[in-house]
Amino acid sequence: MRKVFVPLLAVAGFIFMTAPIMIAQAPYESTMGLVQKIFYFHMPPAMLMLLSAIFCGVISAIYLIRKRPVYDWIAYAAAELTVLYGALAMVTGPLWARKAWGVWWIWDARLTMSLLLWMVFVSYLLLRRYGGPGSETLAAGLALFGMATSPFVYLSVNIWRTIHPLTSVVPTLPVDFAFPLWYAFTGFLLLYIALMTLRVRIEEQRALVDQLYLESEE
Amino acid sequence: MKKLLLIVLLLANTLLVAQEPQSEFVPVKEVPASEQLPSAPLVITAYAFVWLAFAVYAWTMWRKLGKVEQELGALSAQISKPRTPRGDGGTRP
Repeated sequence: MRKVFVPLLAVAGFIFMTAPIMIAQAPYESTMGLVQKIFYFHMPPAMLMLLSAIFCGVISAIYLIRKRPVYDWIAYAAAELTVLYGALAMVTGPLWARKAWGVWWIWDARLTMSLLLWMVFVSYLLLRRYGGPGSETLAAGLALFGMATSPFVYLSVNIWRTIHPLTSVVPTLPVDFAFPLWYAFTGFLLLYIALMTLRVRIEEQRALVDQLYLESEE
Repeated sequence: MKKLLLIVLLLANTLLVAQEPQSEFVPVKEVPASEQLPSAPLVITAYAFVWLAFAVYAWTMWRKLGKVEQELGALSAQISKPRTPRGDGGTRP
């Protein structure tokens, strides 16, 4: 675990330290000015929240079919990271919106659906924490529901009338904007993988502890 | 009771009449400086929150892993320890 975790954390840490320099050198957006710089730390966690929700759903489906604990550990870790990355997006978004839109929050399709998706994974964690034995199967079902919601969150800006930027903004970004964005995204992604290995390791060790307790009782 | 209600209504009406209504909106080219929301604190708060959240999460997980590994070590040592016979010389049931 340390072989993977430490180098990943080191590279991610380096990217996080150097990203603000690149972001500072990126041009200002014409209508929003300085506050648009939040975008570089808002879009990557928001995108990773969606990807993590889908990943959690896929792994949960595999767990429901094969019933191997390792898939449950990965799904649990992915759900926790979905909540963490979602929280980052939910906090940085309103800070940007306050200046750009004049309000902290608006019950717009993208924002409302993102909040619902985030709450689905919060309920996943609550179920795992307080659900008792067998909650892992119920939680896996909940993760499938979360996964099914994710594409709607992404496409909501194109389907419904909204003030949130459309999905076409990111693919058409000029290089000056795109480079720092994808650089920051790489940092967020590497940190995601590093935290995932750490979280899975904890679950693996916990399972070993439980097994040893059972053995000592026999 | 009716009289009291009438007095209250009349007083409220007098207050409303006394207020000077705005007769026009005056346009300006730029929002006054006192009304402008500075961007820098919002940007700094967003970046600081992200770093802080990651630091707190990683630290919490690292501590959890340390505790579980410690528990695992103690349990393994306890299990691998040879079982000592009972002091009274009797056998286990």
